[in-house]
Amino acid sequence: MSIFHHPGDEFLFDYATGALGEAWGLAIATHLALCPACRKAVADMEGVGGRLLEDATPDPIGDDVLSRVFEQIDSPHAPEVLQSTATPLSTEQPVLPEPLRGYAGGDVNALRWQRLGFGASQFLIPTGENRVSARLLRIPAGRPVPTHSHGGLELTLVVAGAFSDSTGYYGRGDLQEADSHLQHQPHATDEEDCICLAVTDAPLRFKSLAARIVQPFLGI
Amino acid sequence: MNALIANVALHQDRASFEQIFKHFAPRVKAFVLGQITHPQMAEEIVQETFVNVWRKAKLFDSEKAAASTWIFTIARNLRIDHLRKENRPEPDINDPAFMPDPEPMAFDLISHSQDAARLNRSIEGLPEEQKEVLRLAFFADKSHPEVAEALKIPLGTVKSRIRLAISRLRTELEGMA
Repeated sequence: MSIFHHPGDEFLFDYATGALGEAWGLAIATHLALCPACRKAVADMEGVGGRLLEDATPDPIGDDVLSRVFEQIDSPHAPEVLQSTATPLSTEQPVLPEPLRGYAGGDVNALRWQRLGFGASQFLIPTGENRVSARLLRIPAGRPVPTHSHGGLELTLVVAGAFSDSTGYYGRGDLQEADSHLQHQPHATDEEDCICLAVTDAPLRFKSLAARIVQPFLGI
Repeated sequence: MNALIANVALHQDRASFEQIFKHFAPRVKAFVLGQITHPQMAEEIVQETFVNVWRKAKLFDSEKAAASTWIFTIARNLRIDHLRKENRPEPDINDPAFMPDPEPMAFDLISHSQDAARLNRSIEGLPEEQKEVLRLAFFADKSHPEVAEALKIPLGTVKSRIRLAISRLRTELEGMA
């Protein structure tokens, strides 16, 4: 598997500093699960954070803090370090990598997909970030999504199948950044259904009237 | 510092832990105070950070990151949790869908301490305006637009300063490998 489309450094950097919100972070972290190169980039940026921590001017700390740390360590109800939360479902490799699978509540076949008008279906993913929505989209093989532009920013991460549009071909792990300048008609490729995570801070703007009429009912 | 963390991981050694605490706790507090002005809440986050350092010491991998970087990531995640009431989504290396790192090639086999020493020199060598942007981003947890607002400079300038700083640090890390 080769990944050709990576998040911009701005996203990786804001993820490394901690400034990136949870919904955007879900798309970035899921890309990182599939992309060793971007993991390395984030690790280097975190190294800068570590360096700045080392260089920080120490701020005096209360004498009791250390004893409170020991108290907490000694408390019998201290929860154990969490082991991996990933539950291997079977010997088969899951379609959704962590952290996406945990956020969705299961792998693709365990989810209650909601039908959309154009043969596609969606599954909304709750995050702690209210102004930004995250959803899984399933586009049938060979089918288009109606032509649309974006009122704001949209990150689309492919987790199964592939889509292509005027900007290129996107397969598993590829991430597309779209803003209000991009009007496109993504097409799922013929081999299999395309499943992607779409994170956006504004509703899509569909070009066709029919798509615009059903849009409010679908929450897309 | 790596040996001290190993002592905590293997022997639950409290004397070693105290040394880690003495060095890093006042720095973590300074880091947390970059965004949280309430001193008591800042100390609570420091406390939680070190409870995590104790509990997660076994997971620390000195080949992957410097001790300061590891502690930075723990404090960062707790700050997100306290301040924004959000979780931080992260990949899970034990997930069967996780794509592992490629086998390291010969030239990658340099120790992380060398990396850290180089990074140290590189950051010192950055122009002050780039260092300032990095400090705001990491310590005040500010996104690109927020850094621009705080410094009253255009967003494009923030982007280019961060891009320059990161690409320079990256080239130095890679170029010398």
